[in-house]
This record gives sequence, structure tokens and C-alpha cells, in this order.
Amino acid sequence: MYALFRPHLVCFLRDMGLRTNATRLFRAVNQDARHWQILALSGLFCISFVTSDFSARPFALIAAIIGAMSAQLIGTVWMNARKEERRATSGSYWRGSSLEAGAVGWLADFQWKSALITSLSLSILLRANSLWFWLAAGFIAISAKFLVRYHGKHIFNPACIGIVTVSLIGGSAAWVSPGQWGQAPIFAAFAIGFAALVLSSAKRLDIALGFLVGFAAMLFGRAFYLGDPIAIPIHQLQSGALLVFAFFMITDPRSTPDSRIARILFAFAVAALAAWLSWEHHLRGAMLYALAALALLSPVLDRVLPARRFEWTSKKETSNGPETSRGGLRPRPHIVRA
Amino acid sequence: MALKHLAGACALGLTSFALSAPAASAFCGFYVAKADTDLFNDASKVVLVRDDERTVITMASDYRGDANEFAMVVPVVDIPLREQINVANPALVDHLDEYTAPRLVEYYDENPCEMRYRRDMVAMSAPPEPVMESAMMEEAEDLGVTIEAEYEVGEYDILILSAEESDGLITWLNQNEYRIPDGAEEVVDAYLKRGMKFFVAKVNLERHDGSSMLRPIQVAYEDDNFMLPIRLGTVNAEGKQELFVFAITREGRVETTNYRTVKLPSNMDVPIFVKDEFGEFYKAMFEHQTEKENGKAVFMEYAWDMSWCDPCAANPLSRSELRELGVMWLDEGPQNDIQPMPRPGIRPGPQPVDAFVTRLHVRYDGESFPEDLNFQVTGDRENYQGRYVLRHPWRGDYGQCEEAGQYAETLVSRWDTEAESLAKLTGWELEEIKQKMADGGFSASAVGVSEPKPKKNWWQRLWGN
Repeated sequence: MYALFRPHLVCFLRDMGLRTNATRLFRAVNQDARHWQILALSGLFCISFVTSDFSARPFALIAAIIGAMSAQLIGTVWMNARKEERRATSGSYWRGSSLEAGAVGWLADFQWKSALITSLSLSILLRANSLWFWLAAGFIAISAKFLVRYHGKHIFNPACIGIVTVSLIGGSAAWVSPGQWGQAPIFAAFAIGFAALVLSSAKRLDIALGFLVGFAAMLFGRAFYLGDPIAIPIHQLQSGALLVFAFFMITDPRSTPDSRIARILFAFAVAALAAWLSWEHHLRGAMLYALAALALLSPVLDRVLPARRFEWTSKKETSNGPETSRGGLRPRPHIVRA
Repeated sequence: MALKHLAGACALGLTSFALSAPAASAFCGFYVAKADTDLFNDASKVVLVRDDERTVITMASDYRGDANEFAMVVPVVDIPLREQINVANPALVDHLDEYTAPRLVEYYDENPCEMRYRRDMVAMSAPPEPVMESAMMEEAEDLGVTIEAEYEVGEYDILILSAEESDGLITWLNQNEYRIPDGAEEVVDAYLKRGMKFFVAKVNLERHDGSSMLRPIQVAYEDDNFMLPIRLGTVNAEGKQELFVFAITREGRVETTNYRTVKLPSNMDVPIFVKDEFGEFYKAMFEHQTEKENGKAVFMEYAWDMSWCDPCAANPLSRSELRELGVMWLDEGPQNDIQPMPRPGIRPGPQPVDAFVTRLHVRYDGESFPEDLNFQVTGDRENYQGRYVLRHPWRGDYGQCEEAGQYAETLVSRWDTEAESLAKLTGWELEEIKQKMADGGFSASAVGVSEPKPKKNWWQRLWGN
């Protein structure tokens, strides 16, 4: 969808005579889909901070960032070390290893942007009575990304599993506050979320819309069955948690199925489980639990309905040593010295 | 469980109470008044005590009309046993209401000429002050209504009803003098489809002692859903309904999950005349703040550890009062291991208790609150109270010393700020407020500051010329 009007947007900016700065800025941001997500989530964080009495807190964000970044750091070094080991044992003579470049080599492919997105989501959705919970959530979120993998693809959405784990462990000491967005902020937030999703080239609008449509259908269906006025499902859709979840969490391309059909099926399944959990078991953060539980379905769907794997890449550079769809390393040229 | 009186003109005002004796507090201010919740007509007061899935609901009414006319219809999740139902002393809910009410504290300025020698004020502390006939059954059966249980509790006759169809239930209720308003079918139907039962209560005149006060009904139950059905209350609402929820938990603050919870603005300095009209002030402020939120917010008016208060609008509740309200964990597990906050000047309760109260105030109708209130217990134990401050100026010769002159000038700007914050809080006209203040001697001319005194520019203040 975005691809349709991106050239026009650039042309438009050029026509405006803003060729130099504005287009350059746009291009710089547009280099990576995650830039748009970081901008949008920062916007949501600010909206929450300014408009709510029980808002997202900057210290919580810092704690989440510390937790997430340290896990990312450890994970990156570990992955690089493992790659190096595999290379060494693969019999390859090639010694142009990334690790020889020192710290830069150890930290190659340090995905700080993903960790930042996770931290922002955590600080927007999670509330707790101690900063340790955000720190722990950030650490758990990113650790799960490195540790719980299947065929080279992580199973859980990091922010989701972080929140679910700390709220299960913490009991009432850590909770999700879905209802603290006012009406005007929620519409602004929806607009920001939608814009970010369209602008980012993650091409995951299908799963967000699939989830929203599925969830809305469940709410309206139930209202119809109970004979409730239409105002009730409309009110239920105006939730900040729903928005962050639909636009920034379930859309995570790395933990959702690769094929479009599978993604939409997955979105419907999450919507149905979330609705069931909140109606029958009155869980307050039902969507998060639903996504965490159904994450295990994603590898199954990938096997049944295979498709090309998504990779986070900057448009400029490709990542260092991309993994194959099977999770193995792409064979390096075998050079034998004379 | 929604408390809604569907009979006649059931006035559910909140009880009034005498002001307790002023007591010194750690703020060095004197607590002077609490907001009289009697101001809110047709208000319901509900106390929810929650620990995990265990819940005790106390539904208080201030119905003072003909006891014959009183009726209560509440959707419930399960059929309670007789032992799960109780009637409570109305004074309990009143005490809780007083303890959590927004409060006014006052401070007295000292002689600015003596202030140079003044040592820091030491916080002063004050010691704690001391059934049914068979014909009815048949009729019910014909209408598809099942009487699941019937109890006599205190002055009430209580029935637990289940039904297949809302029509039958409503017809039966109307036949039995529970006047159900038109338009209730949809709401009743929605509750029935969710498998809920109806708890209906009427006063049995034979067992009623004739006192004008009806006692609150309590129900103890277990349910994973922490909610309060309010939709029946919106059916016949003439205008908005007023509801106070007092939630007591072990862990901390309670918030609504499907509506925004907002703190009532607090800790503002307000003009002295507010002391005489604190009730009006509270009412106007609540009204104005509700409008600012488009009528869609739940206001938090108090959130506090129940072991103490500072300043106290009323003494903390005793253990036995809490137990009567349904605080079921007091006698469970290790006791007396909770120490009161070791701070000077606070008024501790009779005994430290492991309980945290949240007072929520909702003004609702079907449009602004289409759905029942869903709650969640959070681990947030940050104390919050609705507290408004009066600062009495020092009166004397403002020409006595240099400090006194400067003090008079600060008074004028202080009063301007007070007037502005009062206007902002209540939506009252700024000019009217200023006029009222001037009438009471709170104006520039009253303290001998020439009016209108042009504000000095910063450069004028810098070199003093």
C-alpha cells in the first residue's frame, strides 16, 4: 500500500521546493521501517505521559531500555561467538571473521532499534510498583528472542512475552492499564499507529487489520447476541492497549507467520482467543495472553503454508551474514590457499 | 452488582455528618472541613472489598422515603447462600465516606517581622481520638421465572431469581411491585444471557423497626470478574446517576479498566471564603472536572493506606469496622507484623491494618458509560487525597518593617493565584471570585498596597531603580 504512494510523496516534497532538507530527512527516516515505529511509539509515549494521571513514566522507559539493551548486548555477543565457532568447526579456512575486528566484530548486527521498540511498547503498556519490573520485562523480552527460537526465527513477540511473564510472576505488583486513554488521545493515537504502519515497509498491515476486523467482529457479534446497544462494542474498541497491540505488537514480522493467508488466520485466532479469555475468564490483558499462547502456532503455520522469510534490513545495507530460512548459515566461499 | 433503586422516587442521597473536632496535623495546618457528600442527590455508595476472587459488596442507600416503596434489583453471578448475605450498620459506610472525603486544611501565616527569628515549625501530633406464598411461585413459573432462593435478612425480604426471558421476569417483577421502568428489557436480557441471576430485595414492614434509615445489604461471593453492573441504573435515569465506590484491597489502588480513571485535582491553595462553602466548592469542582473529561471519566478522590491519614477527615476505621465491612484477611496469616508509618504527626488508626482504600466517584448515564464498570486491583500504593489549602494571612501593620511591606505584596499576588486556581477548578467567574475575596478583605487595597500596582519589569527589579 505504501509502495503505491511513496514515489508520489517524494515527488510531492520535491515539488514543494524542499528537495534538500525535507526529502533528505524523509529518506533518512524511511531507510528503515523501524524508524517509523520508533517515532510513532515515542509519540504514543508522549500522549500517555501528558494526558494520563497513571501514565507511562520516563523512568520506566529508561529501566526497560537498560533491561532490553543489556539482553540484546549479551545475545548479540553470544550469537556472534556461536557463528564464529561454527565457522571455525565447519572446516572453512576463511578467517576473515568479524570477531577479529574487536568489539565492533563482537557487536556486529546489534539490533538496538528492535530493542528500543520493545522498550517503548513495554513502558506504554506495562504498569508496576517498582522499576525492577520494567527492567526485568525488557531483559526477559529480548532474552526470549535469542533463546526461544525455532528454525532461526524467534517464537514470541518480545514485548508481549515480557509483559506476560512479569505480570504472571508479579501478580498485582505488575499490571496492564488498558483504560487510561482519553477519547481524543485515543483517536490521535490510532491515527499515529495507522500512519506508522502504512509508512513502514514492514508490509504487515494485513495482520493488524485482520486482528482488528476479527476482534471487532467478535465484539459486535457478542453485542448482537446479548442485545446490547452498539455503543458498547464501540466503547470497547477505544482502548489504548488494543491499539498498541494491533499496530505494534501483533504486526512484528519476526514472530508471525510468513505467508499472508497464515498471518490472517493467525490474527483471527488471536482475536478469538483474546475475546474468549476476556469474556469467560475476565482477564484484563487478554490480548497479550492470547498472543503469547498462540505464538507456538506460528511455526506450525509456517510449515503448512511456507513463504519467504522477512528480514529487518536497512535499505542501504544488508545485514551481516544473513541466516538462511532454515536457520543455518549461508555457505561461505571456500578458499584454499596455494 | 449494581445498586439501583427502581421503585418510585428513591432518593439515594448520602448521609450528612457532623464535623469532627479540628485536630492538628503533620502539615502544620488545621483540618477544618470535609466535603459533605449529601450534596449529591441520588447517589449510591458501594463498598467493594476484594482479595483475589473473594469479594464482599456493601450496598448502601440513604433512602428516607416510605419503606414500602423501597426496592432493589441487582444482577448477581451466582445464587448466594443465606450465610453469604448480611445487613450492616449504616454508620460503617458513613465512617468510610467521612474518612475518604476531600478535605480542607488551613494554615496561619506568622508575623513577617518575627519570621527572621522563627525556627522551623515542628509538626504537632494529636493523639487518636478516642417470603413467599405458593401463589407467587406458580405465577413465577408461568412466566418462566424461577425463584432460586428466598431469604429473610434483617428488615429485608430477599429473592434470587433466574429467568429464561427478560419479558417474563419484568412482568413478574412489576406484578410484585418492583416497578421496573420501560426500556429495561434489553439490559435485563443481556444479563440473563450471560447466565446472571437477579437479587431483589424489599423491606418487610413487619420486621422493619420504623426507623427512617434502611441498613446496607452485604453479599459475600467469589468471582474472577471484578466488576460493578451499573447498566440497570441508566435505564430510568432522569439525568445522571451519582455513584461512590470505596474499594478496599490488600495490594493497592483499584482502577477501572474499561474507563479512564482520573485524579481529582488536589493540593491547591484556595481563597479563605471556600471554608464557608466547601460543599458548594466540591460540587462545582466535580461538575467542572467531569465536563472537562466529557463526562467519561471515573474520578479517584482518595487512595490511602488505611492504617493512617494525614490530615484526617475522620479517624481511620477500626479493625472491627473493617471486618464488618468484609475485610476478610485481617485475621488470616501473621498478625501485628505491619508497623504504622513511623512519621511524626500522623494520626494512626487504632491498630495498623493491611488494607488500602480507593474512593472512586462516578457520574454516569447510559450514553457516557454504556458498559458496566470493570475494575482491577493494582500494586500501586501511592497515597493520594483530595486536599485543598487555606492560608490565613497575617494581619497587622504592614509598614512595621521592610519584610512586612514585602509580605503584603506577596499576599496580593498569592490571592490572585488563589482566585485563578479556584476559577480553574470550579469554572466560577474569576471576577466574581475576586469581588468576593475583596469583600472579605483579601485585596490589594485591604493590605494597603496601592492598586493597581503595575508589575515591575525584571530589569527594574534587577537594579532596584
